[in-house]
Amino acid sequence: MSSFKVFDIAGSGLAAQSVRLNTVASNLANADSVSGDPATAYKARHPVFQAVHAALRAGSYATQSGAAVRVSGILENSAPPMVRHDPGNPLADDQGNVYAPNVNVIEEMTDMISASRAYQNDVEVMSTAKDLMLATLKLGQ
Amino acid sequence: MPLNLDAYLGVHQDALKLYARRSAVLANNLANADTPNFKAQDLDFKTLLSKGGTAPVPATALATTHALHVSTATEQASHEGPLKYRVPLAPSLDGNTVDPQLEQAAFADNTVRYQAALTFLSEKFKGLMTAITGQQ
Repeated sequence: MSSFKVFDIAGSGLAAQSVRLNTVASNLANADSVSGDPATAYKARHPVFQAVHAALRAGSYATQSGAAVRVSGILENSAPPMVRHDPGNPLADDQGNVYAPNVNVIEEMTDMISASRAYQNDVEVMSTAKDLMLATLKLGQ
Repeated sequence: MPLNLDAYLGVHQDALKLYARRSAVLANNLANADTPNFKAQDLDFKTLLSKGGTAPVPATALATTHALHVSTATEQASHEGPLKYRVPLAPSLDGNTVDPQLEQAAFADNTVRYQAALTFLSEKFKGLMTAITGQQ
């Protein structure tokens, strides 16, 4: 039944965008978590989205309208942590440096707004599809 | 003379199926609005509707020797024709061609058309009911 595919597709979008919102929350929460060692400093995380084609899974190309999105992985930003000279900090190393995470707060905020808009889009699609299916059930009455 | 229900319902039943399928395609575009290298798709409504929801028959069929090969035969047999890719107005650097505003507009348009087709079908059934029960 093809009409139910809309719910699967929009649902996969909701799941993917909420993973993205979670990583944004994690990045923002840890934006000021300094560390005494560059290796253990927090690194910004970002999800990687990937389109899933149900047709390829089923081995047939005919039903290619049934696709969805999934999170194929969460990558850590490889940029070096920001070095800050702060000898008074109890976490400072021998040179008096602490290492702040490579989180760009402005980038995270824009990412959050983008994710929230995409989430709203998917919710709207789902609720419209629900209305249409309810109307279809009442056909002929 | 028996009533041919398919002929009585006319084009609206095929149109309704196509609108339902198109809503899934557009929902997929919106779900993949942030997926790198995703190409927005849509279906060729006019061609599919004129063929009664099936794909136009290609002049030559391709031989398939692997399970994942694209089979033109299954496309002919199924009620789902091939999708086409949207020509992007402003493609982004990550290879994604989804324009969320355009997809939202297309989805809203498709929803209204679906409801219109439903209304047409509903009125057809009501007319049939009136004919069956008579003017009471």
